[in-house]
Order: sequence, then C-alpha cells, then structure tokens
Amino acid sequence: MKFDDEPVPGYPLPILPGHTSPGRLERVLRAGQFAVTTELAPPDSADPQEVYDRARVFDGCVDAINATDGSGAHCHMSSLAVCALLTRVGYAPVMQISCRDRNRIAIQGDILGGAAMGVCNVLCLSGDGVQAGDHPQAKPVFDLDAVTLLETARTLREEHRFLSGRKITYPPRVFLGAAENPSAEPLDFRAQRVAKKVTAGAQFIQTQYCYDMPRLREFMRRFEDLGLIGKVFLLIGVGPLRSAATAEWMRKNVPGLHIPDAIIKRLAGAATPADAAREGRTLCVELIQELREMRGVSGAHIMAYRQEQSVPEIVERSGVLGDRKPWYPGRDQPVPETRTSP
Amino acid sequence: MYAVRRWSVRHARGLNAFYRGFESLLVAGAPLWRLIGYQRLERPVAAVERVVKGVLFDCQMCGQCVLSSTGMSCPMNCPKQLRNGPCGGVRDNGHCEVRPEMRCVWVEAVAGAARIPGGAESIAVAQHAVDRRLQGRSSWLRVVQEKTAPPP
Repeated sequence: MKFDDEPVPGYPLPILPGHTSPGRLERVLRAGQFAVTTELAPPDSADPQEVYDRARVFDGCVDAINATDGSGAHCHMSSLAVCALLTRVGYAPVMQISCRDRNRIAIQGDILGGAAMGVCNVLCLSGDGVQAGDHPQAKPVFDLDAVTLLETARTLREEHRFLSGRKITYPPRVFLGAAENPSAEPLDFRAQRVAKKVTAGAQFIQTQYCYDMPRLREFMRRFEDLGLIGKVFLLIGVGPLRSAATAEWMRKNVPGLHIPDAIIKRLAGAATPADAAREGRTLCVELIQELREMRGVSGAHIMAYRQEQSVPEIVERSGVLGDRKPWYPGRDQPVPETRTSP
Repeated sequence: MYAVRRWSVRHARGLNAFYRGFESLLVAGAPLWRLIGYQRLERPVAAVERVVKGVLFDCQMCGQCVLSSTGMSCPMNCPKQLRNGPCGGVRDNGHCEVRPEMRCVWVEAVAGAARIPGGAESIAVAQHAVDRRLQGRSSWLRVVQEKTAPPP
C-alpha cells in the first residue's frame, strides 16, 4: 500500500557504463548538456523545514544544489546533514567538504556516510581561513588540502580502502569535484592547479565568481593548452550583484574576488535600488549566455547568496536549459493535488 | 625571518643546486651514518636542520621537505598548510587572505620554481597527504634512508 503523505523518494539511478555515480549531475554533464548548479545556504537552525524551503526555490531550474560546508568560516547546519535531508526527497545535492574543520579520519567517515545517504556528488575544498568567520578563536585543522582530499576520496571509491589501507566493503559511488578561482593570483598557475586536481581525481570544477571575462578567457587559453578540455567538466561561478555598493563591498571583503570597475560603474548607473538589482540580474544572464558559447565550459554555478529567489528568473532568461526541465520532487507526477511537506 | 625567506626564493636556483650537491654528499656518507646509527643521529641532525632551514626558509620542520618542488618557498608557512597550490583567496596584490601583510607562499613558490631547472615540472606533481608523525624529525636523514634503502 502507499500512504498519501509518503514523500517522493529519490531512488538512485543505475550507474551507466563509464559513469562513476548514480547521480543526475554526472548524467547531465556526460550527456553534453549545459548544466546549471546553485548553492544553498544552510540555515542557522535545526529545523529541517528551513532546508526544504530553501531548496524548493530552485525547483525545475537547477541540476544540482551545493550544500556549503561552513562557508566563510561561519557556523551553520552541516553540509552532510543538509545533503541527507535533500536526498530524502530526491534532490541531487553536492556535498561540500572543507579541510578546515575536520581531519582525515572524520572526512573519510563523512564521505562514506554521505554516500550511504544518497549523496552522489562531493566537492573537495581547502576551505576559508577561520579568521574570516564568526569563530576566529577556533583551531584551523587543514590536515589535508583540496588535492589530497580528492586523492583520498578517489582512493575510497576506486581502491575500496581508506588512506590507511584498511578495506571497505562497499565504496562511495561519488562524482568528485573541486574548486578553482580563475581570477586570483598567481594567475598563470591557476589552470595548472586544475590539472593537479584532475590528476588527483577531480571530475568537475566549480569556480569562484568570474566577472572579469578577459581574465577568464586567459585562464581558458591555459586550460586548453594543458589539454584539460574533455578531461574535466568546468562550471563557471556567476551570481547577481544587488548594487554597486554590494559589489564594492564584496570586492573589498571577499578574498580572491575580482570585480572589474566597468561592472561596478554599470550598476552605479541605475536610478533606483530596484533598477540596480535588475541590472545585476541582467548582467548575470549575459554572463551565463557568454559562458554557454565558451569552448571548454560545461555549465554555470549560480551563487546568489540572499537573492536565491532570483535564480529561476535568471536561468529562465538565460535560456541555457532550452526545453530541459531539471528534475525536482513532484516533477513527473500528474499534477499532485496536495504537495505535502516531507 | 620573512626577509630572508623572500631572499631564498629569489635565489632558488642557487639554493637548489647547493642542496643537490649536499644531498649527494649525505647519500655518499650513508655507510658512515648507518655505522653511527640513524637513531643516534636524529636529534643532532634535526637540530642543525632546524636552525639552517629555519633561517633560510622559516622551516616548520614537517619532516618531509618539498622545497625543491615549491621553488624554495616553504608551503608549511601557508596558514592553511596547502602543499599543492594556492587557495582561492589570494589577494589582487598577491598577498595572503589570512595574513594580509605576507606574500602568498604559493605566489612566491611559482616565482621560485620558474628559476629552478625542471621547477615547472616538479611544482606540477601532486604531493600526498602529510604524515604528521614526522613533525620535528630530520628530513635530510629520511631522504638518505629512502635513497639507500635496499629495494623491497
């Protein structure tokens, strides 16, 4: 029998030949589609409903949702828990793991645990320094770095063992990702660093915000020279800027973030705050459309912190999904009479 | 010292050549070291290594030195101890996100590696996870022991 209020389960897909995960993100990318991912800011709360409310905003417009892991070194609900909640109803989360807070023992346990709960994608990060967050007194761990974390995750998946060599009985079938910031110094080493991450096991890359197209093109030239096109799926980070003041603040306070003056000038030209915000979204749409045409780019990663509700509009206006409608809980059901909360 | 550390990166080529020679001497002396006993040598050699590399590189004595692969810029001086490249937070002026007064050790490393023959290749090699048990031990003796160990 089927209960009326039974949640829609996110059964794993069969793993296709040549694929490593049962996830939808890998399917979409390997099918050659332009993928769209986004970021969910985990709540400062123990209420699961807040997670579902935040995820629902993205229904039908993204292929995967990143659950950040203490981003900006601020404390929030854990990435693992957010992912576990999301997979319960079938969403395809990307579990972010930062090296800042946990050592190799804890991290390997989380990868197994995440995979056991249906997580199909893992993003391996170094992590922001503790000085950036709300607990600057905390001990920074950094037992591993992003590259050795990738290597660790791949060892679990491919060799069915922990770093220690001890066997595991069932490996985590996860699609492995890493981050890059094409706009940060040392600029000429950035593509090389991606190559290193690919060697260590990265299958997709999600980048920091890229607002400076000439810098990105320069990065792409090196990326191509290193033979990385076709070896890794590259999703470029974009996001709507709310106003010239916000952009100015971000440029000053988010380390490694580069926003050209021309963009700030364009936002400053708006008559009202609403106009500025609209201009910011338009700019984001234009960037995504430009990325769509860029050789070697497989998708866009939209980070719209505190402007999450603008993501569907941005994706819609960009037109990059075509007539594709990414899966979301309830998509394939014939008009549900009541869409109950999980 | 920060100024000396930066000097070392500017002179990465010479320092690397010097180390190569020094390492050959160490390896050639292996029979003698074995006779004395690596155990017995560990403390005095580690003490010398700490002083010499401390002055030149602000060495943190991780015990598994990768200076030759990082353009003579010690990655353990990175506040995140990143041994495989810079994080995404490097400032536009090439300084560290955590310690704004310091040049990113990886910006330095890339510059240093360009001065060392083969540096561009060795900086591209992915380093494995650090063995934290080796903290404080001599990297020199470890290299000699590895290079002179009988094949398994």
